[in-house]
Amino acid sequence: MFLFFLSSGLFLGWSLGANDASNVFGTAVGSRMVRFRTAAICCSVFIILGAVISGAGASHTLGKLGSVNAIAGAFIVALSAAASVFLMTKSGYPVSTSQAIVGAIIGWNFFSGSLTDYNTLSKIFATWIACPLLSALIAAVLYKIIAFGISRLKPDMFKLDSMTRNGLIVMGAFGSYSLGANNIANVMGVFVPVAPFGDISVFGLFKLNATQQLFFIGGIAISIGVLTYSRKVMMTVGQGIMKLSPVSAFVVVSAHSLVLFLFASQGLESVLIRHGLPTIPLVPVSSSQAIVGAVIGIGLLKKGRGIRYRVLGNIASSWVVTPIIAALVSFVSLFFLQNVFEQKTYRPVAYSLTTEAVNHIQGKGIIIKDLNHIAGKEFIDAMKFSRALSEAGHLQPKDRDFIMLAAEIDNLAVTRGNLAYISADPHWLTKSEIDDLEKLEGMHFNHKWQLDITLAEMSTNWRPRENDKDHNENLTHKLSHLYDKLRVGY
Amino acid sequence: MEFSILKKKLGISRQFDDFLDKVSEAGILFETAVGAYLSDNMESFKKKLEDIIETEHDGDALRRGLEEALYVQTIIPESRSDVLELLENMDSLLDKFKGVLWYFDIERPNLFHELTEDFKELSHCVVEAVESIVRSSRAFFKDISSVSDHIHKVPYWETQSDKVATRLQKSIFQRDDLSLDQKMHLRDFVKHVDKIADRAEDVSDKLRIYVIKRSL
Repeated sequence: MFLFFLSSGLFLGWSLGANDASNVFGTAVGSRMVRFRTAAICCSVFIILGAVISGAGASHTLGKLGSVNAIAGAFIVALSAAASVFLMTKSGYPVSTSQAIVGAIIGWNFFSGSLTDYNTLSKIFATWIACPLLSALIAAVLYKIIAFGISRLKPDMFKLDSMTRNGLIVMGAFGSYSLGANNIANVMGVFVPVAPFGDISVFGLFKLNATQQLFFIGGIAISIGVLTYSRKVMMTVGQGIMKLSPVSAFVVVSAHSLVLFLFASQGLESVLIRHGLPTIPLVPVSSSQAIVGAVIGIGLLKKGRGIRYRVLGNIASSWVVTPIIAALVSFVSLFFLQNVFEQKTYRPVAYSLTTEAVNHIQGKGIIIKDLNHIAGKEFIDAMKFSRALSEAGHLQPKDRDFIMLAAEIDNLAVTRGNLAYISADPHWLTKSEIDDLEKLEGMHFNHKWQLDITLAEMSTNWRPRENDKDHNENLTHKLSHLYDKLRVGY
Repeated sequence: MEFSILKKKLGISRQFDDFLDKVSEAGILFETAVGAYLSDNMESFKKKLEDIIETEHDGDALRRGLEEALYVQTIIPESRSDVLELLENMDSLLDKFKGVLWYFDIERPNLFHELTEDFKELSHCVVEAVESIVRSSRAFFKDISSVSDHIHKVPYWETQSDKVATRLQKSIFQRDDLSLDQKMHLRDFVKHVDKIADRAEDVSDKLRIYVIKRSL
């Protein structure tokens, strides 16, 4: 059943392969500098590598935007995004799966009554504007550097041709890797919270976790899109956007690849953090916009000659139109799936300021007097609880987030049955972690944080550590796995 | 694999050089052949004619090989049609050198003594015009920014050749001891030679456009 629901994600992956991936090699293939077969094979391999090795960064941001918590919901979200991409592409708009998936998730949030994290959303929007601008800037600088290099080195026409050709393949491979890393979250991100996979070991050489396996499958879907349908799009991209010389094409592809890499690289993020520098948000960005941004960058360098301002207008409008269409399609489809086909498209999450929650909040030093009249009341979804909080008075955003988390109702029970189920899968928890868990047999938790605190008191393994991102991410992953396994009625 | 591709392209670069060498050689052969004809050294003239025929054959073989390589290996796709056109045009200059020498051999014009110096000067101007376009073409392949250092010389030599051709035609038609058919015969020869410089100028005009297109 999971594979059936995953099919919409694979469809989205296929359309990403057919459309967005064409941006990487489009100019090279369109100008006949690189053969389609070489481009397609190179692109497919590096997209899969990028997705599996570095795909996690951007998917966290999508996860924060809205955690689609039921498989049928994830199916519709991905399908709506794919349908929107298909619809917009047919209408001739340069769209990206990034915009579509964000719209579709917001549609799910509205339908399920979940809160949309506006901080994350504004971060995503800002990135979408920054992406083409940054791409234009990088392209302009690169163009200047390369033009200077050529004027100094004076390579002959055939040597330059050969260098450009090799450069296009290398940067195309890098671009494909970055695209896989940055955009796999669009394709498979919504399925991450609901994936039923455990870790697997590949010939004892390395381990693939559930997310990586999912991203590998998504990467293959993208590759199939590249191999089966991207040829036509590559020719259109190569010849349609603007007449580019091979050297300009190389600059455009390099700028695009660098931008996608900047918005996907966790390695770069940790380097920036280590040096106390501001980080670049890891957000899925649009490869079309990166490409067009780079083309405009070169165009501006030549005093705006040859820039098609209509294309610019179309791109700007697609930023607004695509997410809205995807959100609408997602909302309407979820309604049908839930009410006509009686599929569970989301797991309702209720909120209540229980006594434990109130104590937890007060323990944090947050004054809760204004909220007394809603204490003990149960709210059926995040939106209603959030509205009640707003009516009760002004709260600092940080306090508000804490209260939301503290009041989230869950139903977790540590029973012999689910303990046996958890320990049967040795990839998830270590022996000592399972021992800790066994000590909790018979306990019941109304809030997730209660389980977190109880475990943290038992062992340092369960405590977040300062400046240890890997441990903390792993811990979050383990805990969310535990919530799923311990949830009554799972 | 990459290395072999690079080697192949270096091979092509060398072939272009060889081809342009042939055009340049044809110019030298033409000038010496005309000199031999004017000094009535027909043996030397015949030898030069044979040499230029061989040079033209070699040039044709190189051109065909280059055309095939450019298409089969899809090299410089963005400038391929321009480069092929340039090749054809340069080859046509080589053909013209050979063609005019054939005319000399077949028609044996009576270039009387007073015309000798001017005729030598005319052939020199024409060869210089072609030599300038050869240098410009070499620069086009090797260092596009230096094309302008050579290409401006083509119109200069073409103008010089026009001036000498006019002077020659005037002195031919001012003579009373020649019949009109003789005058027209000699005039045709002046024009045949002068046309080579005109053709070189046409090629240089096209080359200017190729340079602009490549620098975009």
